[in-house]
Amino acid sequence: MVSVIEKKNRKFRDTTYYQNEASGYFLLPFRFQKINATKEILVNEVGDFLMVPIGTAEKIILKKISRTNDEELYFDLISSFFISEEPIPILLPVLEARYRTKKSFLDYFTALHIFVISLRCEHTCHYCQVSRVTENKDKFDMSLYHIDEGIKIMMQSPNPHVTMEFQGGEALLAFNSIEYAVLRAEKEALLHKKQITFVICTNLAPLTDDMLPFIKEHNILVSSSLDGPVFIHNQNRHRPQRNSYEVTIAGINKCREILGENSISALLTTTNLSLDYPNEIVDEYVQQGFRNIFLRPISPYGFAAYNEKKNKYQTERFLVFYKAAFDKIINYNKKGYYIREDYATIILKKILTSFPVGYVDLQSPAGMINNVIVFNYDGKIYASDEARMLAEMKDFTFQLGTLGKSTYNEIFYGKKAMEIAENWTNESLAGCSECAFQPYCGADPVLNHATQGNMHGYRPTNVFCQKNMEIIRYLFDLMEDKAIEKIFRSWITGHSQ
Amino acid sequence: MILKTKGNPYDVTVPIIGRVTRIPENQDYEIFITENHFSKSWFKHRAVLTTVRLVSPLEVPIIHSIKNLDHLNEGDIVILNTDGVINTIYRTDSLHNFLLFTERCNSNCLMCSQPPKDRDDTDYFFNQYTQAIPLIPKDCFEIGITGGEPTLLGQRFLKLLKQLKEELPETELHCLTNGRSFAWENAAQKVGEIDNKRLMLAIPLYADVYHIHDYIVQAKDAFNQTIQGIYNLAKYGQRIEIRIVLHKQTIPRLAKLAKFIYKNMPFVEHVAFMALEHEGYTSFNIDKLWIDPFHYQEELNEAVTYLSDLGMNVSIYNAQLCTLPENLWRYSRKSISDWKNIYFDECTKCALLDYCGGMFASGTKKHSEFIKAIKLDQV
Repeated sequence: MVSVIEKKNRKFRDTTYYQNEASGYFLLPFRFQKINATKEILVNEVGDFLMVPIGTAEKIILKKISRTNDEELYFDLISSFFISEEPIPILLPVLEARYRTKKSFLDYFTALHIFVISLRCEHTCHYCQVSRVTENKDKFDMSLYHIDEGIKIMMQSPNPHVTMEFQGGEALLAFNSIEYAVLRAEKEALLHKKQITFVICTNLAPLTDDMLPFIKEHNILVSSSLDGPVFIHNQNRHRPQRNSYEVTIAGINKCREILGENSISALLTTTNLSLDYPNEIVDEYVQQGFRNIFLRPISPYGFAAYNEKKNKYQTERFLVFYKAAFDKIINYNKKGYYIREDYATIILKKILTSFPVGYVDLQSPAGMINNVIVFNYDGKIYASDEARMLAEMKDFTFQLGTLGKSTYNEIFYGKKAMEIAENWTNESLAGCSECAFQPYCGADPVLNHATQGNMHGYRPTNVFCQKNMEIIRYLFDLMEDKAIEKIFRSWITGHSQ
Repeated sequence: MILKTKGNPYDVTVPIIGRVTRIPENQDYEIFITENHFSKSWFKHRAVLTTVRLVSPLEVPIIHSIKNLDHLNEGDIVILNTDGVINTIYRTDSLHNFLLFTERCNSNCLMCSQPPKDRDDTDYFFNQYTQAIPLIPKDCFEIGITGGEPTLLGQRFLKLLKQLKEELPETELHCLTNGRSFAWENAAQKVGEIDNKRLMLAIPLYADVYHIHDYIVQAKDAFNQTIQGIYNLAKYGQRIEIRIVLHKQTIPRLAKLAKFIYKNMPFVEHVAFMALEHEGYTSFNIDKLWIDPFHYQEELNEAVTYLSDLGMNVSIYNAQLCTLPENLWRYSRKSISDWKNIYFDECTKCALLDYCGGMFASGTKKHSEFIKAIKLDQV
């Protein structure tokens, strides 16, 4: 037998034989952005990025990068789909599949159906624009008729897995309605072959022992609010007895005990008061044993709508608060206590993974209608939770119809929806279309409308833009520290290291 | 471990495949092993093997004057070739059985441990395996498919896969392929149609850029074909493992390759990092390949922890624990097939001997300078 090593056609060739002839390169679509004094970032259409020295983007675009002089960078750019040696890269199908994957949160359409089951509340939080302290159930609770009609719409969603979320007011004040709605929805889900996740948003004050068996039996998730330590929480959340913090903590512990750790979560609402206490707020979440904290920005809906200066100032203050709290959170992780910041985690998933992230406030096309629909207590239908807040201020721009009157197509594909759709992809918004952070960010026509007077918005003074540009830049800046990048990875996967 | 032996053939006109037995009553088994000169019961088998020297044919195919048959156990499957060579196809007492579908290959990797041969052996092996597969015990846990490049059998590759699924529905199949054939979507589609959930296609990927991979496998366009192949297989729901051999050509961009895999193929089920084996071409190309494993641990660590942090299933094969940093020990597997796995004298003093993958037998030729017994108080 002939030794194959000696066979002519199996002679080993050196590495240059396998390189394409050097004849320049072609640019693939990408965007760029300065991150800090020395680094800029290149981001391609599917969100892959390269951190490079400032000036690199210019060199790439002017075709000043060469395979021989900048070998490592050159092949980094090829490997990450920033440049190609062919006009159309041979591996274009890989990019296509990745783009489809990134946008696949759209595949099944609306999942989250919010039922504002009652507008009544026993709290009088000063930042809340919607709730009412009243005994008038007829006027401020959702009627059984509207519940039925809402479920009918929900069952028409193309999505095989829907979420039915009960909000208020204080949802538990209408617990009878919740029981009715859950049983009814479960019955309908069987007929329509849908899976349903149930969520109750509550301040936990009206929670009584006899509610828990039902909540447990139907695997209902409980989403509550914790604004920080007692002096912040009770100041934010007024209650005649001044004991909101105490009843919340008692409720959280009871839920953990009866329903299990993972069935109860807490959301933070930041107010002007909170902004001075980032460390105390994070400490409180750790003390209460939470493994996640959502540093949500102050809702701009309470601001004077068109006061640009004030809005900008408020966002700046929030960012200072955010970074201080974030720093504290990172320190806890470094010390071995796993706790993640949820807003950053959503963005980091988009940055570090190839998977779709369908978070309502941070996606393009936007989450409103595509991912969420709101059925208000009075049967009116809104494009998002913020849209119904606007309605409480007598702005009905985002009202899509009325339960029992509007058809599915009128709600989801009607004139209003079409108008919103013109403005819900950041790929086609001025100031966003060329932004390097576009794949990590979203579009928010409701916020644009509320703060700037039109759905399209104007990026240089836009608070959504101001906030996200800085948070995303900040995350990239932090990731230069490999230890922090490792912590970020643990947030994405949800397991500690 | 002996997998091949030879004797003098009588009446072996075509290759004979069957299970061996030393029990005369076990007439279900095709091939009888005996130390006797003759018995009537021989005629109840398809062939006879013996160490005894026979002087004339006996109307049954025989291979005689075989030096030693001790390596064959009851039920082992062998092929008796017309020239008197007896190859073991399947060993009942091993967990490392593999079916070598062909020795031909469309690549020519610098570190190939089983260098390809350019003669057309596909008929021979196809015939061998169509007969051998039905004889494999139904409770066989796992079987490897290897080459050469098994997909070069074309239609017959698919036929063998189908036969394996029908005959051994409970057996895990682990097929080593360079994946290039699957750049043609219909090839991937046809494997998809066989729909064997126990089939895993293990595909090597050596770099995140084409020219390094193509150089290592010594084939132009191989990188693009392999990536397209992986994508096509994923499209048809196939399970995929990525294999990376660690050497001088793969180490410099190893962390970048890990990122490339996670970003572009997060759907792969397993990523295996494999230390070099000193067989075949490796010795010839050793100057292009050799780095002491001790000296690439930083790169390996970055790649492995990156993938593992992000939830990927990662293994390190063929590595000795004493060459790995402690945080990588949990990824190390005892991966070397039993018939070529050895340990050094130094290893017998090691507290972790039972957990260590040890060495390839060929590792005696060249191995890490840092092989050192680990004492219990170090752990």
